[in-house]
Amino acid sequence: MKASHKFLKYYVKDLDVSGKEFAEAITLTGTKIETYEKLNKNLEKIIVVKIEKIEKHPDADKLVICKANTGSETIQIVTGAKNVYEGMLCPAVLVGGKVAASAHDNNDYPDGIKINAGKLRGIESFGMLCSIGELGRPADLYGGNNDGIFDMSNMDCKPGDDAIKVMNLDDILYDFEITSNRIDCYSVIGIAKEVAATFNKKFTEPKTTFKTSFKDNKYIDIEVKDYDLCPLFSTRFVKNIKIEDSPEWLKDCLRAVGIRPINNIVDITNFVMMEYGQPMHAYDYDTIRGKKIVVKRASKGDKFTTLDGQIRELDDTMLTICDGEGAIGLGGIMGGENSMITDSCKNLLLEAANFNGTNIRLSAKKLGLRTEASNLFEKGLDPNNAIKAINRACSLIEDLKCGEICEDFIYVYPDEKKNVNKDIEVFATKVNSLLGTNIKADTMKEILDKIDLKTDINGDVLKINVPTIRKDINNFADIAEEVMRFYGYDKAEETLPNINIMPHTLTKDEIVERNAMNIAIYNGFNESMNYSFESKKVYDMLLFSDNAKERNYITILNPLGEDFQVMRTQLINGMLKSLSINYSRKIKLARLFELANVYLPLDKDINVLPDERKTFIMGAYGKDIDFYVFKGYAEEMLNKSHVLGKITFVKNENISYMHPGRTADILVDDTVVGYVGEVHEIVAKNYEIGTKVYILQLDIKNIIEKSNLICKYKEISKFPKSERDLSMTVPKDITVDKIENVFRERGGNLLDTFELFDIYEGEQVALGFKSVAYNLSFGSKDHTLTDDEVETVIKKIINGLSSLGIELRK
Amino acid sequence: MINIDELKEKALYKIKEATSLKELDDIKVNYFGKKGEITAIMQTFRDMAEEDRKKLGKIINEARNSIDELIKDRQKSFNDVILNEKLKKEAIDVTLPSKKVDIGHLHPCTIVFNDVRDIFEKMGYTVVTGPEIEYDEYNFEKLNIEKGHPARDEQDTFYINDKVLLRTQTSPVQARVMEKGKLPICIISAGRVFRSDSVDATHSPTFHQIEGLVVSDNISFADLKGTLTTFAKSFFGEDIKTRFRPHHFPFTEPSAEMDVSCFKCGGKGCRFCKGEGWIEILGCGMVNPRVYELCGLDKDKCQGFAFGMGIERLGLLKYEIDDMRLLYENDVRFLSQFD
Repeated sequence: MKASHKFLKYYVKDLDVSGKEFAEAITLTGTKIETYEKLNKNLEKIIVVKIEKIEKHPDADKLVICKANTGSETIQIVTGAKNVYEGMLCPAVLVGGKVAASAHDNNDYPDGIKINAGKLRGIESFGMLCSIGELGRPADLYGGNNDGIFDMSNMDCKPGDDAIKVMNLDDILYDFEITSNRIDCYSVIGIAKEVAATFNKKFTEPKTTFKTSFKDNKYIDIEVKDYDLCPLFSTRFVKNIKIEDSPEWLKDCLRAVGIRPINNIVDITNFVMMEYGQPMHAYDYDTIRGKKIVVKRASKGDKFTTLDGQIRELDDTMLTICDGEGAIGLGGIMGGENSMITDSCKNLLLEAANFNGTNIRLSAKKLGLRTEASNLFEKGLDPNNAIKAINRACSLIEDLKCGEICEDFIYVYPDEKKNVNKDIEVFATKVNSLLGTNIKADTMKEILDKIDLKTDINGDVLKINVPTIRKDINNFADIAEEVMRFYGYDKAEETLPNINIMPHTLTKDEIVERNAMNIAIYNGFNESMNYSFESKKVYDMLLFSDNAKERNYITILNPLGEDFQVMRTQLINGMLKSLSINYSRKIKLARLFELANVYLPLDKDINVLPDERKTFIMGAYGKDIDFYVFKGYAEEMLNKSHVLGKITFVKNENISYMHPGRTADILVDDTVVGYVGEVHEIVAKNYEIGTKVYILQLDIKNIIEKSNLICKYKEISKFPKSERDLSMTVPKDITVDKIENVFRERGGNLLDTFELFDIYEGEQVALGFKSVAYNLSFGSKDHTLTDDEVETVIKKIINGLSSLGIELRK
Repeated sequence: MINIDELKEKALYKIKEATSLKELDDIKVNYFGKKGEITAIMQTFRDMAEEDRKKLGKIINEARNSIDELIKDRQKSFNDVILNEKLKKEAIDVTLPSKKVDIGHLHPCTIVFNDVRDIFEKMGYTVVTGPEIEYDEYNFEKLNIEKGHPARDEQDTFYINDKVLLRTQTSPVQARVMEKGKLPICIISAGRVFRSDSVDATHSPTFHQIEGLVVSDNISFADLKGTLTTFAKSFFGEDIKTRFRPHHFPFTEPSAEMDVSCFKCGGKGCRFCKGEGWIEILGCGMVNPRVYELCGLDKDKCQGFAFGMGIERLGLLKYEIDDMRLLYENDVRFLSQFD
């Protein structure tokens, strides 16, 4: 919402603060200023001059020499502009002054351009005649001509006047951030009331009274068929209008906020829209067929030409304003070409209506047609304010003497009696309790009165009369906010809550997640984050079969695009995408992990919320990264989480995106808690990764189910260990876990640990066999083992091994 | 009788003159070895009268100790020299590059989240989480965002169907906690949220929020200010000042936005704070009585505050990251910068 300082001063006459002070103070009472800009930024020493004489330049066809009267002297200024004429009044920057922009380029000059005395093709020039662009203003606001010097001849000024003042550029434009609850502040008056209250100044209401010239209680017949979408439709009838330019003050007011002046009637409706936040519409009365207005929903497929000349296709949710024969406007959005005001318009029907905000928003969106009017209406405006606005417009018509106003006011407003100010009662003590303050009831009243919330005090009770435009005020908390805004948010003390609470204890999930993350971090993995939604196509890239459960994903109805359409059921895509980015950037080694949810639907239509499964994934490529390193991470993570049960790795050939020979499920007893392995080379290629990629994925919930997270001390034996190496010849197809099972089963409690230290195939080992060597460590808690004891266990182990066809190497 | 003094002097002289450990060893053998001079003298003891033996023993012991001490002394000097030379030879170029200790890094968002979480945990807050795919009822309705509110527009919210959506805020977790009806409440909820914003330098359709909710029967706006100022000082530094500006959220009334004084310029105004001297950090307010009703609590017995902030925003500010897209690209050169 934009408003200029001068505009606001019409209503807060003795406002006397600088732009900076204004911005700070008004921000702290809740009307935040996003930006503010001085309209005369970088404009210095610019006065009105009168061109008295124009001579040809002796050496340049495109230049002329002007003798310009500055009010006190005549100076010589050379210009290339073609529109200068003798007797012209125009702005000129004097030597040593500044302009905001150049007429020769579109560059940004943050500090303006300084004008010095100089020679143009040998002729001295003491200043510069200015175009509107050079004054830093958009040309289209001033008639659209930036080629020539800005002509001020028709303006109320004389040579020597400060041109900036004459043009009302000694102004500041504020851009306010208005919160969605404050529909009243999408208007200059609304903001002015806030300003007046903030600076403790008097607010002056604009004049809404006017004299009427004639009577006619049948100038229009209004029928509102869809009252739910149009709670109010009001009209004023103005005869014998004179369409001409608006006075400069009105034009400058509009220009300051960036609205292009058109003619007095259009300017008045725009001005009142700024003032009251109420869009209005002006119809050429003589084009209204049957002198009848019907407000109703369109029929599906109806076509209508809006006043921008576009043909719009309507549906049956959109509201049309019709005359006796057909549509003449899209309610609250845009008028029609067929009833628009033209220069030949004689009589005027002025409309101020109220429309359902949600409907306007949806219609504007469907039509792809957002207008100033629809932007306002969609916020849900107050019908009573519309009536004030239409009267204000009539008052301006009277002031500008541009038409004769009919005394009769024809409108349809079924809820007129219901839509009145309401009273709410609030306890001052309750307000203070909520705020943590000790504000006296009198002070509260003083504040509330200032902002049009007329308040009566009865002991602790405040009875507040809330105007209809303040739809945001409904309960004591709303009143507390109004009081606090002007009392000062900064005046509340800073205390800490006094309550009995239990501090947070880490949940099991959090512990398991932290363990996994810490192990990843300490092994050089960086945490990555990926979007929760992705393209359906990734499920093809990952080679999922058509009936894979991963393809049972949740689809977003209104995604940002195909690439963000489905909620992920796996983390592998994000991981591979991220690794791929690193690979494409020639990074030799990348290690990433992610802890995030996958979304697994529990029913077809998602009537119940899906299972959000916290999943941990690690992925890497580069030097020294292989299956067994990843297997180590897996074991460490499970050990750290103190899983109860035996951890085993079982080959899994059926994960579509993984190498069938180099992937294992991770089991704790019979529960699969994840998998580890190498990514399938076709998949790696699909992601444009030209090297081996390893992945470890863990399901946090399954780990928690197999873990009690209890960590207890185990006694360390005081007695020395006995170590033995077993070097074996093993049939090739026997996996080492079979050997280790023998160790576990037959080692009893004397076998402390065992460790593979060599595995070898090739020369010196018979074909079909491999050489495997383990170091076994024996020990007891309560005595030093004798050789005999150790040998007995080893014998048992060897017997067990030989049943697998394993022999000791000699 | 052998002149032991003379023997001693001679020996000491030889030791002093020795030029290597080897010479010292030889000298030692010459005196203390099986056939050494002092050994020889000792061997004569057994033939001596006890008195003489004692007398001689004392003298010879003294001589022996002196010799022995000097040998050790000299050995030490030789060893020191050798050691020093060895150490000298072993010298390395300490400016050679290190063998990198590869420790990974948490994502900047996680770091910021942990920092914020730690502060509130220390103040006694419990961390709760909730579903990311959420019912409309919890994401909007119970939070006083009725049907037709602009925030619900498809523009902003991703829908799965009429009733289910991707949560646009972490506040539904608060609604779920309030609905349980157990007071007092003192929680923070954090996590991933979704808005239908196209990806650019300052927008992401996915981001993270951390929100807080404190409800009892007597919590005030002053408590809200105190809590959040404590947080801000703890997070940004003790010298930071806070400013509370009136604002509007459907969930709270009165509502405020909290700014902190610019930590770059100290509040004077600079490019970082766009000349304002203040940086907007979070939204907060007193829970709207309407929300208590919608969540099944007795509005006359509940008084409390809520606040919420964007983790990415804090992260961008803290680390001076100028493009949000970097957060989801996962370039390890980016990710490995944050601690």
